[in-house]
Amino acid sequence: MNQQRREFLRKAGFAALAGLGAAAGLNPLHALEKTDTSVFPRKPVEGKVRWGMLIDTRNCPEGCTKCSAACHFEHNVPDFSGTKNEVKWIWKSPYEKAFPTSGMQFKSDELEKLEVPTLCNHCAEPPCAKACPTEATFKRWDGIVSMDYHRCIGCRFCMAACPYGSRSFNWQDPRPGIEIFSASYPTRERGVVEKCNFCSERLVKGMLPACVEACPGKAITFGNLNDPASDIRALLAREETMQRKPELGTLPSVFYII
Amino acid sequence: MLEKALKGNRAYWIWMVLLVMVIVSGLSAWGRQLEFGLGVTGMGRDISWGLYIAQFTFLVGVAASAVMVVLPYYLHNQKAFGKTVIVGEFLAVSAALMCMLFILADMGKPQRVLNVLLHPSPHSMVFWDVIVLNGYLLLNLVTGWAVLGAERKGVLPPAWTKALIYLSIPWAFSIHTVTAFLYAGMPGRHLWLTAVLAPRFLASAFAAGTALLILISFILKKSAGYDIGFEARKKLTVLAAYAGVANFFLLGAEFFTAFYSNVPAHEHSLQHLYFGLHGHAAFVPWMWTSLVVGIGSVIVLLVPLFRSRPRLLVAACIGLIASIWVDKGIGLVIGGFLPTPFEEIVGYVPTITELQVTFGIWAIGLLVLTALLKVVVDVKNG
Repeated sequence: MNQQRREFLRKAGFAALAGLGAAAGLNPLHALEKTDTSVFPRKPVEGKVRWGMLIDTRNCPEGCTKCSAACHFEHNVPDFSGTKNEVKWIWKSPYEKAFPTSGMQFKSDELEKLEVPTLCNHCAEPPCAKACPTEATFKRWDGIVSMDYHRCIGCRFCMAACPYGSRSFNWQDPRPGIEIFSASYPTRERGVVEKCNFCSERLVKGMLPACVEACPGKAITFGNLNDPASDIRALLAREETMQRKPELGTLPSVFYII
Repeated sequence: MLEKALKGNRAYWIWMVLLVMVIVSGLSAWGRQLEFGLGVTGMGRDISWGLYIAQFTFLVGVAASAVMVVLPYYLHNQKAFGKTVIVGEFLAVSAALMCMLFILADMGKPQRVLNVLLHPSPHSMVFWDVIVLNGYLLLNLVTGWAVLGAERKGVLPPAWTKALIYLSIPWAFSIHTVTAFLYAGMPGRHLWLTAVLAPRFLASAFAAGTALLILISFILKKSAGYDIGFEARKKLTVLAAYAGVANFFLLGAEFFTAFYSNVPAHEHSLQHLYFGLHGHAAFVPWMWTSLVVGIGSVIVLLVPLFRSRPRLLVAACIGLIASIWVDKGIGLVIGGFLPTPFEEIVGYVPTITELQVTFGIWAIGLLVLTALLKVVVDVKNG
């Protein structure tokens, strides 16, 4: 087989796959997670990229929840708030609850009422991925701790293993809890675990995560922690930052300026 | 041999039909759970394991405790256990079966259970638990059945059974060790993150499982005229007593480290369970009842004057089983989620549906155990 034919067959194969994916996307009942593979570098190099986030709480407006609203709309996260069946990807937590192991005697009035956005930390050493018996949750080549909703058996071992309370389980069909459906991310079924995915579906399109874009105070910086020239690394070098429960050795990729 | 389980007196059939009714009720509840999702249970985002995983953890212990009769009989030639060994092995079979059913009931996507084998993940303790539990069930079923079959024919059991029986002894320790490792390797869950969890699991298993075996021996004696013998029961009582002592010693060691070191993370869960935390004390009466009843039962089992009275012995066995069930199920599994990673205390109350499923699985286990023991009694009574 000559080189041209091989090339043609390869392209035709990809086109057929892409067509299949698009057709599946048209029918919301059979929506698959669409990933445009052409955006990836030819061979992803493990450890070359490690996506990370720095949240500057000084610029995080009090009482504002635009980040979670944008994220929860983008990803079709159902609203069962206030019940035990709650599902959430990014939400605000009181400082002393997000950082229960940091010193907190005699803290200032501002710290007393400070609320910080909390989300999956995309740990470099994720205990959830270690606990998962089916590799349904796994660390990707770019450091994102991802979920395969089609493989998850719903044992909730990852939820017990996560020391940050970042994971939610679909205790019921999520669709009745979604007011307006978003076309950018598939809905899930009952019986599987979900959490923040660092907007991997937006990253492949060259877009920033939804929460970063939605923040009116520009408080969230997103970037490659392995690139010393990135904005996030420059901020980390300049500012005093914190990670949640660093004593557990999980190496969170989400940093905070308090 | 199984045909022996199909013949029985009136009481036998009433009991079996009763169990079938509980199983049907459990199945219908499980159907509701499959239809709506696990939201029909009391579990939620913060307490994400409940009654099902609690039963699983307790029953792995019951399964493992078969070694308390297998080891003395086969390794130390304790002839007194001749009529008990098979009862222990079949108790292990039914307990291991219930364990697997409880895991299945707890899964959000039970139809995907084979993913565990399709994508084997040795870094996950669940993978190992599936292997050891299934292996243990098979070992006990195959060896128990083969030895009993040989006895019925009046011949010596085949040589290969010996090898499998010897293998089942370390295997029994492995099932409860791996089950403890499910919990003991998780950062941020401080009630579980302790090196004595596996030893404590083994001690509580050998105490509760052996006590259960003593109770079963009384039931068999009364209902079927099958007596394992005074000597065997006496030895079992002593084994349960010392396992109970080891269990409470290890619990005491947990208290010392947590409260003497005064490290908040180590302290909070125990404080919540036994004294209440931030004004939440729902578990406190349960835990203290468990502690008092458990220690009282161990004392009865230890003192010859008390344990020689059958009524007191039965009461102590029930007390020890109940105490460990509360300590391991309610305290350890559910209490282990509290305080949450956000230092909050939330509530958990099992729902009727959850209870129905739980009773249904227990009924399946009891049905299998009853049928197996019926075969044992008929073969042994010849």
